[in-house]
Amino acid sequence: MSNSIAQNRSFGAAMWDYLTTVDHKKIGIMYLVAGGFFFLLGGLEAMAIRWQLIKPENDFVSAGFYNELITMHGTTMIFLAAMPLIFALMNAVVPLQIGARDVAFPFLNSLGFWLFLFGGILLNCSWFLGGAPDAGWTAYAPLSTISPGEGVDFYVLGLQISGAGTLIGGINFLVTIVNMRAPGMTYMRMPLFTWTAFITSTLILFAFPALTVGLFLMMFDRLFGSGFFDASMGGNSVIWEHLFWIFGHPEVYILILPAFGVFSDVFSTFSKKRLFGYTAMVFATVLIGFLGFMVWAHHMFTVGLGPAANSIFAVATMAIAVPTGIKIFNWLFTLWGGNIKINSAMLWALGFIPSFTLGGMTGVMLAAASADYQYHDSYFVVAHFHYVIVGGVVFGIFSGLHYWWPKMFGRILDETLGKITFWTFFVGFHLTFFIQHFLGLMGMPRRYWVYLEDQGLDFGNLISTIGAFFMAIGAIVFLYNVVITSIKGEKAGADPWDGRTLEWSIPSPPPHYNFTQTPLVRGLDPLWIEKSEGRKGMTPAEPLSDIHMPNGSILPFVMSLGLFIAGFGFIYQKYDLAWLSLVFIGMGILLGSMLIRSLKDDLGYHIHKEDLEKEARK
Amino acid sequence: MKGWMGKIRTLSLFGFMAIILSGCGRENLTALVPKGYGAEESFKVILISIAVMTLVFIVVMTIYTYVLIRYRQKKGQENMIPKQTEGNKALEVVWTVIPILLLIIIAVPTLTTTYDLASTEGKEDAINVNVTGNQYWWHFEYQGEEIQTSQDMYIPVGEKIYLTMRSGDVIHSFWVPSISGKMDVNPENDNVMYIEAYEEGVYYGKCAELCGESHSLMDFKIVAVSQEEYDQWVTDMQNVDPEATPESTTAQEGQELFANSCLSCHAIGSSPVAVGPNLTNFGERSKIAGVLPYEKEELVEWILDPESKKPGNKMSNAPYLNDGSIGEEEADKIADYLMQLKPSEITTKSAE
Ligand code: HEC
Ligand SMILES: [Cu+2]
Repeated sequence: MSNSIAQNRSFGAAMWDYLTTVDHKKIGIMYLVAGGFFFLLGGLEAMAIRWQLIKPENDFVSAGFYNELITMHGTTMIFLAAMPLIFALMNAVVPLQIGARDVAFPFLNSLGFWLFLFGGILLNCSWFLGGAPDAGWTAYAPLSTISPGEGVDFYVLGLQISGAGTLIGGINFLVTIVNMRAPGMTYMRMPLFTWTAFITSTLILFAFPALTVGLFLMMFDRLFGSGFFDASMGGNSVIWEHLFWIFGHPEVYILILPAFGVFSDVFSTFSKKRLFGYTAMVFATVLIGFLGFMVWAHHMFTVGLGPAANSIFAVATMAIAVPTGIKIFNWLFTLWGGNIKINSAMLWALGFIPSFTLGGMTGVMLAAASADYQYHDSYFVVAHFHYVIVGGVVFGIFSGLHYWWPKMFGRILDETLGKITFWTFFVGFHLTFFIQHFLGLMGMPRRYWVYLEDQGLDFGNLISTIGAFFMAIGAIVFLYNVVITSIKGEKAGADPWDGRTLEWSIPSPPPHYNFTQTPLVRGLDPLWIEKSEGRKGMTPAEPLSDIHMPNGSILPFVMSLGLFIAGFGFIYQKYDLAWLSLVFIGMGILLGSMLIRSLKDDLGYHIHKEDLEKEARK
Repeated sequence: MKGWMGKIRTLSLFGFMAIILSGCGRENLTALVPKGYGAEESFKVILISIAVMTLVFIVVMTIYTYVLIRYRQKKGQENMIPKQTEGNKALEVVWTVIPILLLIIIAVPTLTTTYDLASTEGKEDAINVNVTGNQYWWHFEYQGEEIQTSQDMYIPVGEKIYLTMRSGDVIHSFWVPSISGKMDVNPENDNVMYIEAYEEGVYYGKCAELCGESHSLMDFKIVAVSQEEYDQWVTDMQNVDPEATPESTTAQEGQELFANSCLSCHAIGSSPVAVGPNLTNFGERSKIAGVLPYEKEELVEWILDPESKKPGNKMSNAPYLNDGSIGEEEADKIADYLMQLKPSEITTKSAE
C-alpha cells in the first residue's frame, strides 16, 4: 500500500522526501545508490588503468593522468564506494536485526550521509577543475605536499568532509546497538552482522580521528605554509605515513568485519543451521578489531624503522591470522552437516572462502618483514589487497545485497542473472589478480605508468587486463539485474529465505516504523526459535500503543552543502584571499543551520494506535 | 644448520631452473631467481611461508570441497532441518593452537633474517656508497674514493656494499629484486642497507615508491664485476681528466656546447650530486636516463625534448630548451662528445 501512495506522488515530492528523510531504511537506499555510483566510477578508472597496462610502454593515457587515475581509483573505491556500501547494509539491516524502530540519532544519520556525499562530490570536482589528486590514495608527503595545482587540496578537503560523515555514522551505530536493542536481545544474542557492525563502529571511532589529524596537518602544509611534513623546515614526512596507517590499517578491518558478518548470517541461513561456535566468532571479531590497531607499521617495513620495530609489528600482524583462521573454520563447520542451498547470495559467500583464504595467506606472507622487503610496493601487494578487499568486502557486499534485497525493496533479485554475475566476476577477479602476485615478484613495482619491453612482464599484464573485462561484465549484468528486478521482479514475502533473525519477522519492505510492536527476544536466532516452536512470528514485548517517530529535516543536507561551499573557499584562498568569502558563506550556512537545529524544538510525531490497528487489518 | 641451509640452496636452485625454463620473470630482474644475499634471505622466508600457507590452504579447501559435495541440498529435502550444533570446544582449540604453531615456524626465520639484514657489522671496513634518489634518477658517491657516478653503480661480486641512502626531493625506494629487497629513500634521514651480488652481471634496479610522473622510468643498474675489474674501474675513475680534449672535431665542438648549456646541471668528474646526473662515464652507460636504448638518435632526441621521453623530469626546465641555442646539429655534436666519455675499460660488458 505504501507503494501505491508513492506512485501517486510527484517526482518532486519523492525527491524532497529523500532529501529530508531521517528513516534509516531510506538512508540505507541513498547510501546504496551513491556508493553504487562511485563504485562504477572507480571501476571505470580501474578499466582505464588496466587498458594502459595491456602492453608494455603503452601510451593510452599520459603519465600525469595515470597518477590521477590510480589515486582516484583507490580513494574512490575505499572511501566513496566500499565504506558507503557497507553503511548501506548497516542502515538497512542493523536496526531491524536488533528490533529497533530507528537508529539512536536519526538526524545525525542523515547528516552522516550528506557529509559523505558532498565530500565525495567535492573530491570528484577536481577532475573538472585542473586535475585530480595524483599522489596515490596514501598521499605520502612530500610528494603530496609539493604536488602542483589543487588536486591534493581536493583530496584533503573532500576526505575531511566525508570522513566527518563516516565518524558521525559510526558513533550513531555504536549508540544504536548499545541502547536500542529489543527486550531480551542481550549482546550474546545479537546476530553476527550486528556484532560486526558494532565492532566496525568502534574502529571508526578510534581510527578516523588519526586521519582527521593527518589531513589537518596536510591542509596546513599545503594551504597555510606550515611544514609538518617538510624535512627542510624541520618536519618529518614519516609522521604522515604513521598517521595515515594508524587510520589506514583499521580501515581495512572496518570494511572487512561487516562483510564477515554478512557471510556469517548467509552461511547460517542457507545451511539452515545455527552459526557454529557463535561465542568464538564474536570474540574473534573483537580480537581482530583490537589487534587491527597494533599492526599499522607493517605497511612501513621498508621505511627504515629498524629491526626491532619491524619484528614486533611482524609478529603482531601474524597474530591476526589466528582469529581469522578461527572464523574460516567456524564457517566451514557451520556448513558441515547442514542442508546447503546454493543461490546467488550463497554463491558469493562460498566464493569468498577460497578467495579470502588466499588473501589471508598472502597477508601472513607479507607480515614476514624480511620477505616483505621484496613484496612491498610491488604488484604482489596489489594482488594481496585486492584479494582481501574484492574477495572479502566486495563479495560480502554482493552477498549481502542478494540476501537483503527483498527486505530492502520487496523484490527478489533474479537468480539466473545473479549467477551469471557471480561467475563472470569470480573468474575475472582471479584472472586479474592472481597473476599479479607473480608480476610483483618478477620485479614490477606498483603504480607504474608503463613497464618496459623485454622485462618478462607482458604476458601477466595482458592476462590481468583480460580478467578486468570479465569483472566489468559481471558488474554490468548486476546493474541490469537491478533494473529488471525493479520492473518485474518476483515479489518477496516477509521471510523469503526461511530466515533466523528479526528482520525476517516483519514485512518486506518494512513499514517506516519497522515493528508495530517491539518483539520479545528469547535467544540467538530469535525468529528461528519461534518458528521451530510452531509460532508464526515474534511474540510482542509490549501492548499495541502509540509509536513515537522523528520528523524529517532538510538541515543535514543544508549543513553539508555549507561545508561543501566552504571547501572551495579553503582551497582557492591560496591564490586570492577574496575566496575566503566562500568560507564565511559556507560556514555561515553550517552554523546557522546548527543554530536553528538547537533553538527550534522538534519533538517528532506519534503514529496512533488506531492507525496501526487499521493497517494491521489490511 | 649449515647443511640444512645448503639443502635449501640446492632445492631452491632447482626451483629457479624450473622457473627460468617456464619463462617466469626476466633474469637479473626477478626476485624469484635471487642472485644476491638479501634476495636469497628474503626468498628463504618466502619459500617457508608459501609452504606453510599452502598446507593451510589445502586443509581449508579439502574441508570446503567435502562439505559442499556431502551436504548440498538434495532434491526433495528442501525442508529437512539439520541438527543445530552450537560448537565444539575440542575442535575450536585445535584450530586455534595449530595455526599458532604454524605461525611460529614462519616467525622464527622472519625475525632472524630481519635482524641479519639490518646488521651493520663490518660497515667501517667495507665499501660504502652514498645513494641519493632524485626525481627520476639515482646518484652514487663512493665514500673516501673521490668517485661519483649516476645511474650505474659498479660493485665487486661477493662483497657486502653498504649503502647510505637519502632523497633529494620526495620519497623513493631502492629496489634491485635479484640482489636484495627494497628500502625507502627518505628526505629526512639516512637509511642504511647492504647489498651483495653472488654473480657478475648487470642487475635491474627500480624505484618502488611513487615519486611523480616518471616514477615508472626511474630505473638504474647495479653492475657487478670481479674484484680485479672493480679495482681497475676505481683507478680509472679516479684518474679521469674532466677537461680531456676529445679526438674528433665534432666531439670537441660538442664539448664546448656542453660546457655552455649543460654544465650548470651536469658534472663530469667527481663532484657532488647536482641537478642532473653525473656524466663522467656516460659513454659506458647501458641506457640513457635509465630507460632509453643507448643509441645516438635517442640521445639527440633526449637532448632536444627530454619531456617527451620522461614526463615531469627536471631537465625539461633547462634554459637551452627555450632560447633555441641547441638545434639538431648542436645536439648531434654534444652526443658525439658524451658518447666518447669512456674513462674505463671496465664497462657493463665486463659484467656479462
Ligand atoms: C636544468 C638542469 C639541466 C640542464 C641544463 C641539462 N640537463 Fe640533462 N639532465 C637533467 C636531469 C634532471 C636529468 C635526469 C633526468 C631523469 O632521468 O629524470 C638529466 C639527464 C640527462 C642525460 C641522461 C643521463 C644519464 O645518466 O643517462 C643526458 C645524456 C643529459 N641529461 C644531457 C644533457 C645535455 C646534453 C644538456 C645540455 C644540452 C643537458 N643535459 C642539460 C638536468 C639538466
Ligand atoms: Cu622514485
